[in-house]
Amino acid sequence: MKILVCISNVPDTTTKVKFTENNTQLDTTDIQWVINPWDELSLTRALELKDDTSTGVTSVTVAHVGLAGSEPTIRKALAIGADDAIRINGEPVEAFYVAAQLAEVIKNDQFDIIMTGIESSDYNGSTVGGMLAEFLGIASVSAVSDLSISKGKPVITREIDGGKEVLSVPTPLAVTVQKGIAKEPRIASMRGIMMARSKPIKISEPVNVDPLTRYVQFEMPRARTECKYIDPEDPKQLIALLQNEAKVI
Amino acid sequence: MSVLVYTENWDGKFKKISHELVSYASKVAEMVNTTATVLSIGDVEEDELKSLGERGASKIISVRDEKLKVLDNRVYAGVISEIAQREGATVIVIANNNSGKALAPRLSVKLKAGIGACVNRLPLNVEPFTVYKKVFSGNAFAHIVLKSEIKIITLAQNSFDLIKTPNNAVIEEAGSVVESSFVTTEVKDVQKQTNQLLLTDAEIVVSGGRGMKSPDNWGPIEELAQLLGAATACSRPVSDEGWRPHGEHTGQTGKIIAPNLYIAVGISGAIQHLAGVSSSKCIVAINTDKDAPIFEAANYGIVGDAFKVLPQLIEAVKEMKS
Repeated sequence: MKILVCISNVPDTTTKVKFTENNTQLDTTDIQWVINPWDELSLTRALELKDDTSTGVTSVTVAHVGLAGSEPTIRKALAIGADDAIRINGEPVEAFYVAAQLAEVIKNDQFDIIMTGIESSDYNGSTVGGMLAEFLGIASVSAVSDLSISKGKPVITREIDGGKEVLSVPTPLAVTVQKGIAKEPRIASMRGIMMARSKPIKISEPVNVDPLTRYVQFEMPRARTECKYIDPEDPKQLIALLQNEAKVI
Repeated sequence: MSVLVYTENWDGKFKKISHELVSYASKVAEMVNTTATVLSIGDVEEDELKSLGERGASKIISVRDEKLKVLDNRVYAGVISEIAQREGATVIVIANNNSGKALAPRLSVKLKAGIGACVNRLPLNVEPFTVYKKVFSGNAFAHIVLKSEIKIITLAQNSFDLIKTPNNAVIEEAGSVVESSFVTTEVKDVQKQTNQLLLTDAEIVVSGGRGMKSPDNWGPIEELAQLLGAATACSRPVSDEGWRPHGEHTGQTGKIIAPNLYIAVGISGAIQHLAGVSSSKCIVAINTDKDAPIFEAANYGIVGDAFKVLPQLIEAVKEMKS
């Protein structure tokens, strides 16, 4: 069974986000780029499934849409344990574009399970996974907090309002994963880092795809109104304020 | 031409989010000079369907089919896109919840429709069609043009006020549109807590962090929540330690919520936690550390000991209610 894990390259969460060109572009100076945290967990789970020989998973490939600057992130994924990588040499301007590029390259590769993170920490779209599944004409399950393989078939736990469902869905299948899919991201060992250097990264040029959306402007959040402090010796005032001033209770 | 709004149902009933979606769609319909049509999939009674007419919908399409009992994303997307095309929908409005986030991307590819995801206000413009949303986990905002002929908007919960209109809605039962062989999602088991106020639905949330020192100290938080009709939540370290159920974890990698009131007790306010609650209408922080970053996000703050403050708040709420 072959698993494909899609990864995106995002600014580290602690980055102070700012914009240039009159607030139309992300200012990339000083940004530390990392693997999108959900994709890291997704990759970790894929590798756990491969380590368990009873699952029948034989390879884990990572795929990414991005320019040469993404190489360190891809090498990191290989160092963590992915077997090989695919990089489509295009700028990931929006989800539809990214999904279309991925679909074009992998459509004949017959991956059994395709994994994506529920969202990327930059544009918070939650869309690439479902789009890719639709392009490939395969089933998809989202909000997946657990993925196991039993007798060669995926067993998936999906979060629903107030609980969870355990599903059986045959391959080929795309899963969009969220918190719970893996306890902690796997860390690259020294050996993994050495081996990553010689693992293959297949590079493809992008095909012509017209994006459906365009980011035209960014804004920084307006400063929140000042915090009104209530005397800790008289906290009951808070209830009165919430009732009469904020009108939330 | 129309604005199509898809809403799911919960055991045959709509929730507040359904009414928010229809209210929103009706307003968008006004902006693009057309009407709003609702699509409901599932076994929903006529009265319940008709109730959405009060939110400005002119037509409510009800699709009932045994084969659609389980949410199979591929199949549902097929049904929604077929109805969207039949109705000439130029805008589709869906909730930004688990099911909406699963369906919107599939619809996007089916209909070549650009998505504005997790939007919390009406479009800024219709020509070009521009939406406004949070990016970088709430650290910035973006104006996004949806260039495609058909547009999809997923609406953040509790971000749009309900409207009230005269109810002239017509209900249309739509025939089965599903090939049974296409349904491949099979449910093996369901674990669900019914009758429990969902964190994502709650208008008031009381949340505890590591400052509570131990899971044994949660009594006052639960009591305050119960008195306020609130749901309880927690920060990530608290859920990682197993002090509270994972479902209560609120934050960037947990639940993103937008209640009317969020009370953070013993929570320092790390950036990842704030990403989960920054859309709350009102934030209250209780913390012994005056420099805790939570106070920068809060509307009201008490620098004090939660163990002394909470009992007094509980008393005050009891008095208010009596």
